[in-house]
Amino acid sequence: MRLELDHVTVEAAGTRLVEDIHVNVGKGQFVGLVGPNGSGKSTLLRCAYRALRPAAGTVRLDGDDLHTMKPRAAARVLAALPQETNAEFDFTVAEVVAMGRLPHRERTAAGDREICDRAMARTGVDHLAERGFLALSGGEKQRVLLARALAQEPQVLVLDEPTNHLDIAHQLDVLSLVRDSGPTVLAALHDLNLAAAHCDVLYVIAAGRIVASGPPHDVLEPELLAEVFGVRAHPVRHPETGAVQLLFDLLPPARKPLPTAP
Amino acid sequence: MRRIPLPALVTGLTALLLVSLVCGVALGDAGIGPADVFRYLRAGLTGGTLPASDAAPYTIVWEIRLPRVVLGAVVGAGLAAVGVAVQAMVRNALADPFVLGISSGAAVGANVVILLGAFAGLGVWALSASAFLSALIAMVLVYAVARSPYGFTPLRLILTGTALAFGFEAVTTVMVFGAARGEAARSVMMWLLGSLGGATWAQVPLAGATVLAGWAWLRARAEPLNALSVGDETAAALGVQPERLRRELFFVTAAVTGTVVAVSGAIGFVGLMVPHVVRMLVGADHRRVLAVAPLLGAVLLVWADVLSRVLLAPAELPVGVITAVVGVPAFLLLMRRGGYAFGGR
Repeated sequence: MRLELDHVTVEAAGTRLVEDIHVNVGKGQFVGLVGPNGSGKSTLLRCAYRALRPAAGTVRLDGDDLHTMKPRAAARVLAALPQETNAEFDFTVAEVVAMGRLPHRERTAAGDREICDRAMARTGVDHLAERGFLALSGGEKQRVLLARALAQEPQVLVLDEPTNHLDIAHQLDVLSLVRDSGPTVLAALHDLNLAAAHCDVLYVIAAGRIVASGPPHDVLEPELLAEVFGVRAHPVRHPETGAVQLLFDLLPPARKPLPTAP
Repeated sequence: MRRIPLPALVTGLTALLLVSLVCGVALGDAGIGPADVFRYLRAGLTGGTLPASDAAPYTIVWEIRLPRVVLGAVVGAGLAAVGVAVQAMVRNALADPFVLGISSGAAVGANVVILLGAFAGLGVWALSASAFLSALIAMVLVYAVARSPYGFTPLRLILTGTALAFGFEAVTTVMVFGAARGEAARSVMMWLLGSLGGATWAQVPLAGATVLAGWAWLRARAEPLNALSVGDETAAALGVQPERLRRELFFVTAAVTGTVVAVSGAIGFVGLMVPHVVRMLVGADHRRVLAVAPLLGAVLLVWADVLSRVLLAPAELPVGVITAVVGVPAFLLLMRRGGYAFGGR
């Protein structure tokens, strides 16, 4: 299924959070959204999973306007991993994952359980099923929430920082799992190397606007990174795989030009 | 983690409720033995005949105690169900209609009707309708004042609710004294602390139907309530419209609270404690919580009412005193535990 954000503008309390955004995620593609803190990544993703309504523009799923679809019907094809783990009530892991079945109709208890078990096994949290969600570590929570999204059996996944709190092995694991599980993916990512390695297309967002897009290695150019993130990037080749990796350090502080002799 | 199987728990609580209802009718200071109580109940249910000497005790059992006990069960069930709903709605286990001032708000509405004598012909309907409307207003007020861009912090919510409750209680007190009928002080106690002393059969159908309908409505939305209690974004991602569900919950909660308060006054802490105890027994899933909480609430309130009648007999304590004696320590304990792990393990 294709996900398209067409000239999307979001306003909150009179402030424009993102403006005139166009993002196109083709069927089966893994598209990454990168940008500094506060650039509007989460806001944009919230539009895509219907927690926010754009002030202008449309979000389309295979051409249909997502915000005019019935909410449950939309949730049957599009699942999300929001950045929200401040729950108050202590559901068990199995109960949290079971929430992913909510939008579906004609369910059976046994069928739901099987789908949830499979989702938990895929993200490696099946052994935690009867544990309380609130007592888990950040990484475990993240994998449980991903299992809930997978239990929704979506065709499109919207992920807000899916690798947050994960150790390096689980970061690689989760991203390849998401990749291999087939659906169309739009994900906000912090780690640029991780983004470059897993995404088909990257969109760079800064101050609420898309400033670059395209295949990762065309987009992640040192000049752009200096301008958007304020860092100096050095592309180097991985000694074994040959993949381009970026090393970062801070930009040197801007020096005043030396006074010239009169 | 061990949990009691749900069917066993529901069956057990239903049986316990039936036993409690009978005990509630049997216990009292009129000196009617359990055997006689059974005889009167059977006569009342099957239409049997009784000797004329039994007329007075029969009337006590059938027209005074039985409606009171049944109404107690209805009120307890309603308060517990509404407690679950409010806690899911504001995502906080410290909330219930009493703590948030919604019950006191409803009491103001009921007293407006009594004071103005308006709609007198409508009886309990007018009381309930007015209590419902003022419960709704109280709820919107608490919600509007306590909400911040970061959601509901427990502190904001409880402080707002407590402050509003004091305000509403003051208004009720002034209105009751202003009405200048006899026994104003007693009547104020009834509204502020709750009492089932005025229970009649006439009150049972409306209260019972509203509580049952509210309970059924909530049970049908147990899964969306799960999603809502995790967060608005999660709810949205799962196809639940959080704002719309919350608006509907406002309405249903206010309706149940209003009708319950109209017949029993503002009884505290049932809606706070029962959901918490139930979560300890069956976990946080609303499909289970909502199956069990109203039953437990009914049992609890029937016994609280029995205690309120027999502790200082022949004097009668407001039932809210009993629920407060149990509820306040529970509330403080909850406060101390801070803002997490309200599943109770």
